[in-house]
Amino acid sequence: MSLIRKTAAELGSMIAAGEVSAVEVAEAHLDRMAEVEPKVQAFLHVDRETTLEQARAVDARLRAGERLGPLAGVPIAHKDIFTTRDMPTTAASKILEGWRPPYDATVTARLREAGLVILGKTNLDEFAMGSSTENSAYHVTRNPWDLTRVPGGSSGGSSAAVAAYEAPLSTGTDTGGSIRQPASVTGIVGMKPTYGGSSRYGLIAFASSLDTPGPFARNVLDAALLHEAFSGYDPMDSTSIDAPVPSVVEAARNPDVAGMRIGVVKEFAGEGYQAGVLARYQEAVQLLESLGAKVVEVSCPSFTTALPAYYLIAPSECSSNLARFDAMRYGLRVGDDGTRSAEEVMALTRAAGFGPEVKRRIMLGTYALSSGYYDAYYGQAQKVRTVIAREFEAAYQQVDVLVSPTTPTTAFPIGERADDPMAMYLADLCTIPSNLAGNAAISVPVGLADEDDLPVGLQIMAPVLGDDRCYRVGAAVEQALESRWGGSLLSRAPEL
Amino acid sequence: MSAITRDEVAHLARLSRLALTDDELDHYATQLDAIIESVAKVAEVAAEDVPPSSHALPLTNVFRADEVRQSLTPDQALAGAPAVEDDRFRVPRILGEEA
Repeated sequence: MSLIRKTAAELGSMIAAGEVSAVEVAEAHLDRMAEVEPKVQAFLHVDRETTLEQARAVDARLRAGERLGPLAGVPIAHKDIFTTRDMPTTAASKILEGWRPPYDATVTARLREAGLVILGKTNLDEFAMGSSTENSAYHVTRNPWDLTRVPGGSSGGSSAAVAAYEAPLSTGTDTGGSIRQPASVTGIVGMKPTYGGSSRYGLIAFASSLDTPGPFARNVLDAALLHEAFSGYDPMDSTSIDAPVPSVVEAARNPDVAGMRIGVVKEFAGEGYQAGVLARYQEAVQLLESLGAKVVEVSCPSFTTALPAYYLIAPSECSSNLARFDAMRYGLRVGDDGTRSAEEVMALTRAAGFGPEVKRRIMLGTYALSSGYYDAYYGQAQKVRTVIAREFEAAYQQVDVLVSPTTPTTAFPIGERADDPMAMYLADLCTIPSNLAGNAAISVPVGLADEDDLPVGLQIMAPVLGDDRCYRVGAAVEQALESRWGGSLLSRAPEL
Repeated sequence: MSAITRDEVAHLARLSRLALTDDELDHYATQLDAIIESVAKVAEVAAEDVPPSSHALPLTNVFRADEVRQSLTPDQALAGAPAVEDDRFRVPRILGEEA
């Protein structure tokens, strides 16, 4: 089997055993990228020489006898919202075109320490605002299953790169579903860790109380290995949790759900959900029952107001966070002709540098925070956030994990929702509650929808710091389905 | 009745430091109106007696020792600046003509 089809765990073992070098593995992936990138366009920045330099350095460290982690030498695609000293960082925005950050994000630094080799920076919706990657200021990324469809978003470059075998692993960030939804629609695994479990330092901020870095992989164990490699307490992030990382790798290696209590969220089904998505979802629930789990229905009535609450909270935080793009210290500056004031230059730069969705959210947030509206909008949304967190707590009194479809439909056609923000927002209907409550949640592939032969994902939600439960249940589903299918779901994707 | 008028959108654009064209203002007025009408559903949740959450985790202030640590050099800090003069960020005038 060619190197690009191997799992990250296999590649890590082969490199550690000296069967193959990190350079050879990087070259195989760079060659694959050269072959399929014209079709998929998952990356914003690729620099073969910088990548090979990292791989040579890992090989040298291993030859010198340095003990690195299980992913040493394994290539990874890195979402272009994490700062990287040696590569541009744009957040897919024109306002940061060509910016070279003077420091590495904590996630970037930990990837390097663990010996992962960064293949390039992946495309996203500008500042991670969107569910299709169509809001990138640079180009549209295509779903490897069907090149006329979106790869999800905002981490759509990262999901497409892994699904197209351009990288065995990638990083994402999840503010309202930006890891889980793209994983679901490309047939791979994507995990949103507990908020505060992975560091936000050097992650360009969108909504700081929600933003969470997490892993993408083609299987549950690889996702857990990556999760463990970059997570954990970081003194540079004031909301980082000072507690051990849940034992996610051990959980991924013990796919046993016998006796576990699984809650089916009653509100996440029915009208607005594609029939083929519901069919695969219900089969997955039956599968869990057949594996010995106890399945009960759980009602969380306020989850249906999570979406409107999110579209007040996230834009409010974004309107504040994106004020830093002021054309003074870094990034784009437009209209500085010696006669205009700083304020005029700022307004011209922001108008030229931000795309439509970013402008929309900045203004929506400014509105929700303005006096006279604050109590009715932002204040009320924060109360709804409390109500949702309480419903989760009540549910976790009865069950160990909650399940739902990850997103109501399979990958939608490019262009279909681009001009209809409200339709686009519905893609995150099932994923947002876990962001508001800070919980852990994963998406794992559970089959193809009958209507369109496109991937469907199962979302497994767990309490704060219960990340290991997501991996345990996810691995059980994966093991049972792959033995039924005789391989991974992704092995059924059409050749590119 | 619309939730938000075009004049209000123009005001929001000014507050947000976004120099929008007339066409953009028209476009955003229609879209923001629809979005605000939809997010107003948060009012349906009875939450008068519920405390607001600004955050998911019960974290309070986090402190660290006030020690000198390595930071960016002036060259590093200025490397991405749109304009530099004498080791400083050069910015457009910040005071009005009348000042």
